[in-house]
Amino acid sequence: MTLKNWFKSGSPWVWLNAGAIAISMIMVVGLLALILVRGFSHFWPSPILMTDLITHDGREIRIVGELSRSQVLPAQVLRDAGVPIDDDIQLVTRHLIKQGNRDVWGRDFVWYPEIGMSQWSYPRDVMRLERREWGDFYGFPVRILEQGRTVAEGDQLWPELQQRIRRANDIFDEIRRIERREIGNVNHRMERVRLSERRLDLQLREGRITVAERDQGMAALAAQRLVLDQEYAVLQEQLDALYKDVRRDTLVTRVMDGREWEIPMAQIIRAIQPNDMNVFSKIGLYLKQFWEFMSGYPREANTEGGIFPAIFGTVTMVFIMSIIVTPFGVLAAIYLREYARQGPLLRVIRISVYNLAGVPSIVFGVFGLGFFVYFMGGAIDRNFYPEALPSPTFGTPGLMWASFTLALLTLPVVIVATEEGLSRIPSTIRHGSLALGATKAETLWKVVVPLATPAMMTGLILAIARAAGEVAPLMLVGVVKLAPTLPIDGNFPFIHLERKIMHLGFHIFDVGFQSPNVEAAQPLVYATALTLVVLIVVLNLTAISIRNHLREKYRGESD
Amino acid sequence: MDGMTTMTEQNTMTHGVTAGLFENTERKRLRLADETIALEVQDLNLYYGEAQALKRISMKVAAKRVTAFIGPSGCGKSTLLRCFNRMNDLVDACRIEGKILLEGDDIYDRKVDVAELRRRVGMVFQKPNPFPKSIYENVAYGLRLQGVRDRKVLDEVVERSLRGAALWDEVKDRLHQNAFGLSGGQQQRLVIARAIAIEPEVILLDEPASALDPISTAKIEELIYELKKEYTILIVTHNMQQAARVSDYTAYMYLGEMIEYGDTMTLFTNPRKKATEDYITGRYG
Repeated sequence: MTLKNWFKSGSPWVWLNAGAIAISMIMVVGLLALILVRGFSHFWPSPILMTDLITHDGREIRIVGELSRSQVLPAQVLRDAGVPIDDDIQLVTRHLIKQGNRDVWGRDFVWYPEIGMSQWSYPRDVMRLERREWGDFYGFPVRILEQGRTVAEGDQLWPELQQRIRRANDIFDEIRRIERREIGNVNHRMERVRLSERRLDLQLREGRITVAERDQGMAALAAQRLVLDQEYAVLQEQLDALYKDVRRDTLVTRVMDGREWEIPMAQIIRAIQPNDMNVFSKIGLYLKQFWEFMSGYPREANTEGGIFPAIFGTVTMVFIMSIIVTPFGVLAAIYLREYARQGPLLRVIRISVYNLAGVPSIVFGVFGLGFFVYFMGGAIDRNFYPEALPSPTFGTPGLMWASFTLALLTLPVVIVATEEGLSRIPSTIRHGSLALGATKAETLWKVVVPLATPAMMTGLILAIARAAGEVAPLMLVGVVKLAPTLPIDGNFPFIHLERKIMHLGFHIFDVGFQSPNVEAAQPLVYATALTLVVLIVVLNLTAISIRNHLREKYRGESD
Repeated sequence: MDGMTTMTEQNTMTHGVTAGLFENTERKRLRLADETIALEVQDLNLYYGEAQALKRISMKVAAKRVTAFIGPSGCGKSTLLRCFNRMNDLVDACRIEGKILLEGDDIYDRKVDVAELRRRVGMVFQKPNPFPKSIYENVAYGLRLQGVRDRKVLDEVVERSLRGAALWDEVKDRLHQNAFGLSGGQQQRLVIARAIAIEPEVILLDEPASALDPISTAKIEELIYELKKEYTILIVTHNMQQAARVSDYTAYMYLGEMIEYGDTMTLFTNPRKKATEDYITGRYG
């Protein structure tokens, strides 16, 4: 076949088209694979190595830790850094070792050159402690102390250690529960009492109540406060007892330079000896760690612990956004398509709405901050929460304003999709309804809108996909790196729209770029990214299945 | 386009074949003067913007009879039909002069409630247009609009209407299934059932069988024959045999004018005007 015929046959175009699709697929799959591998491998317990290194100035140091990664570089780089290396060596290898023990050494990730290292060994009794503070700890267990007395060492030590860690963790969970839930509840009610007192003062000043009424109200509030103070005192007493109890045990360990180091049992979350574990216990540990990541609260400036508040915040925000944007967008689209007089003015409005979708999201963030937070929030505070001023209630970034801003951002998507859907409803169906004596409104709500619901769902799906991944505007209107409380809890009124939230997208940014400990945070970035992707997929699949269900219901006439 | 194909078919049909339709039936010549008048059109002009689509139409429509409108595509017969329930109101540029009297009252009067009028004058369209609801809900739609909630009443009306549209036996076991599951012919009869459920006085049929196969068409025609016992029926059709078979009166329209109007037998066997004869014998054009 000649080249000319080959061109005529159209094959080059087919190859071009197929090539474009192939490249897109490779990029998508590659991205997902990277996130999957890095995200999932973080929770796999890696072996702990031990080696002796003789440095260039003759010191001998022992290294214990996990291999993080290795690098090969030209020897000249190290020579320039002042490390003497023989002239005949061109390339040197160096290893990044995670040696933990930030409280002992200050640095938990250190580069070591391979030159001068002895053979690596993997001693069975070396252990890794996951701790509440100071990051991971590597060392050898020596003995357990109970109020200063030795209670276990040698062979009995390990089972005894596990048991005592469990005990300490149980007590710690109880402390957490009391602090978070019960004291949080008391604080919440105390704050309400304080606000009520301020409200009485304000009302008196404005002359709406008499001095006698105020004094009466104050007396009632004082009685409430007294009760709360007593409750608080009881809880505090419980806490003191628990704290004393949890500090009972101490673990004495030997770190790599031979020193002994004491660690309070209360600080240890988990002790493992990865070199001594088989595959099944590693899988068990993997799943446990993965679950803790999904369900736990962050620790240590977000570089450790879980991301539950971020997942919860993201989902809550997307839900509230959907609740706002769907009716709003649908109503707007119905007016544009069904009622408005079609003409130049309408065309301008429609183009403006469509173009809103192209406005950079940070602009929406600035608008949200200026209009929602300061203007609307400020007005709400002055009118409904004057007793809390000068500290703002709604006049500060929070969940509600974040949801509003995202709703505004995704509004065009919903409007466009709904309009498409409405315009695709055949006029014969509308006429059929009108011919039976239905008014325009009856036709719209009983026949046309139900038929257009799949299209509305499509709009909502696109809106969710966009909103869940948005970060830039949220930084201005309500997302923070660490929110002390969830937006939904057991305290009246249960949903706290004014609270600040955490968000997966922002969490990725924060952990990846704002973290004090980059090496420790890096795997978490991938794991969090993976969670965000999975979350968006789940939200979308839910919406898609609802849409397909609706489509099935109205089979035949809608798209 | 539809008109063209019909006409080529008509070319093979002679005047005598049309006449033969009547020999097997015991049909009498009818006279409008003997009938009760259900609708009266007085000097009706209709404009789409500048273009005039209907020109000085005047006619009387007999109650409980079938009146057919025939004529080539674009002659205004569907437009005229849509005047009777004011569906033309939905067209922005449409303007109407003249009167249509339904039992003596002008339906274009300012005080007329259009929804109320459409309850009295039902309509069935060319393409079956069931709603995306169950068969039951399709038929009950008109009643629900009127605020009927009593389940017993609804059940009764749905059954009566479906029987009236000769569909009951085919769907009685699947009343709550989606109406889109029905065949085209069944859907069209469902739409007729939906129209008669609200007991209109007049039913307008806009080419009700043109999208259907011959067997479904025959069923619809039988149905029309039954329906005229209770309802005044106006039908637009491209198919002259159909008009001859089902109608009592026929109007031939051409370019927005009513050329000839009279009882079907006379119009088909002994038309007064040359244009009518040319059209029904296929020599038109």
